[in-house]
Amino acid sequence: MKKFINDPADVVAQALRGLAAAHPELRVDTEEQYIVRADAPRAGKVGLVLSLIRISDGGFVGPGMLDAACPGEVFTSPVPDQILAATKAVDGGAGVVHIVKNYTGDVMNFQLAAELAADEGISVETVLVDDDVAVEDSTWTAGRRGTGATLLVEKITGARAEEGGKLGEIAALGREVNAASGSFAYALTAGTTPAAGRPGFDLPADEIEAGVGIHGEPGRRREKLRPAKDLVHSALDAILDAKSFTGPVIVLVNGLGGTPLIELYLIYGEVAAYLGERGVSIARQLVGNYVTSLDMAGMSLTLCQATDEMIRLWDAPVRTPGLRWGA
Amino acid sequence: MDATLARDWMRAAATAIAADTDRLTRLDAAIGDGDHGVNLHRGFTAVVAALEKSPPETVSEVLVKAGTTLISRVGGASGPLYGSALRAAGKALPATAEVQPSDLVAALHAGLEAVRRLGGAAPGDKTLIDAYGPALDAFEKAVAGGAGLAEAAGAAASAAEAGAEATVPLQARKGRASYLGKRSIGHQDPGAASTSLIFQALAEVA
Repeated sequence: MKKFINDPADVVAQALRGLAAAHPELRVDTEEQYIVRADAPRAGKVGLVLSLIRISDGGFVGPGMLDAACPGEVFTSPVPDQILAATKAVDGGAGVVHIVKNYTGDVMNFQLAAELAADEGISVETVLVDDDVAVEDSTWTAGRRGTGATLLVEKITGARAEEGGKLGEIAALGREVNAASGSFAYALTAGTTPAAGRPGFDLPADEIEAGVGIHGEPGRRREKLRPAKDLVHSALDAILDAKSFTGPVIVLVNGLGGTPLIELYLIYGEVAAYLGERGVSIARQLVGNYVTSLDMAGMSLTLCQATDEMIRLWDAPVRTPGLRWGA
Repeated sequence: MDATLARDWMRAAATAIAADTDRLTRLDAAIGDGDHGVNLHRGFTAVVAALEKSPPETVSEVLVKAGTTLISRVGGASGPLYGSALRAAGKALPATAEVQPSDLVAALHAGLEAVRRLGGAAPGDKTLIDAYGPALDAFEKAVAGGAGLAEAAGAAASAAEAGAEATVPLQARKGRASYLGKRSIGHQDPGAASTSLIFQALAEVA
């Protein structure tokens, strides 16, 4: 393993200290391990809390998006104490929304935390994100995973919360965005967690994993590497078969951490061309490494069939380390 | 069983998990995300530290404290599942200095019920339940037949190990391994493997 680290056991805490130093506009509790906006709690504003399995996503805390994020160990959900501490830190009396990616561990820890928060008189609504269309049969699985659509849920609900939206409304909006979204991902290589010290799985040079999630686990199946155009068509077909979108859609072309922008833009070109062929209009698009899986080379495509209101909220000002426009 | 023996059990479990961290992590890398060994090792190390810092007086308190520590320190699915199992088991025990094997039967039932409630898994889903269930059955049967703690724990350990082995041909229906579909077949479930270690630790100290 080659990584810029000091001690594999202390990577999360040291990265959090660095994040705090780089972003004085955020408040980082390195003891309880959570990140909050410096102005939290804001009286009367609904708080938004996200679980994190990677520090990079901590970049979405700030005005117009998340109020707090709690990073667990790498690829591991945070613990209930942490989530409760973050929930209390952002509760301005209007309640708190937990945005939870549908992974067994995240769901359980947030459920325990929500019960603890209720004991302390904080109203919590949970928005479960499960946009990954690669997982088809939920009776044989833990259900579809939460992946790229998480970013859209955070941005759109974050904008509405900033405007003063109420708890129930924010939660309903988050569920609406999730239901209107679908994602599919490919991995070219496995990621390496600092603790394990070796890649999560081995892939021959000419093979890829299709239908991966964002915790480094292998995908639904292994396939031969094909030209990007073919892979984009297969991924979009999978999403459009599952969701039958006609547009307008918000498109997210997302790198999984180890794929450079040159490839992501090439992919976006293919996405735009193929959606045109399929008669799906594009309202907005975002290309970059946002919902990543450590150093995994790979990409995910997310489409969200957006209402005018969702597009308005997508365009609203946001000021976070990882996403910033109009502010 | 008294509090000292319960603490020894937790310490033996920590030692066994520390020794097998790498194996558990490899099992998890095959069908999950490769952190099970590291996470449980971190959790049980914290359990041993917590129990040494202020040693509880009863078996009940030892198990509740161990469970609370796991929930607070592990994260993922294994933290809530193992933590809730130990907490529920501890809460089901009488607050006496010594508990009987029949008390432990009831406690282990409460622990399994907590796992089922939280995770929603059934036998055969390729989860820790596939080791825990057979271990509890064997323990209960031995106790009903008049066995003492050591004999019952030995039977439970053997049954847990066999149950963990028997997860190899199963297709996972819960947790992250379920995303692999049929590709999860042919690998031992890491949760069943670590559960087997915890029952073996009990047999070792009993």
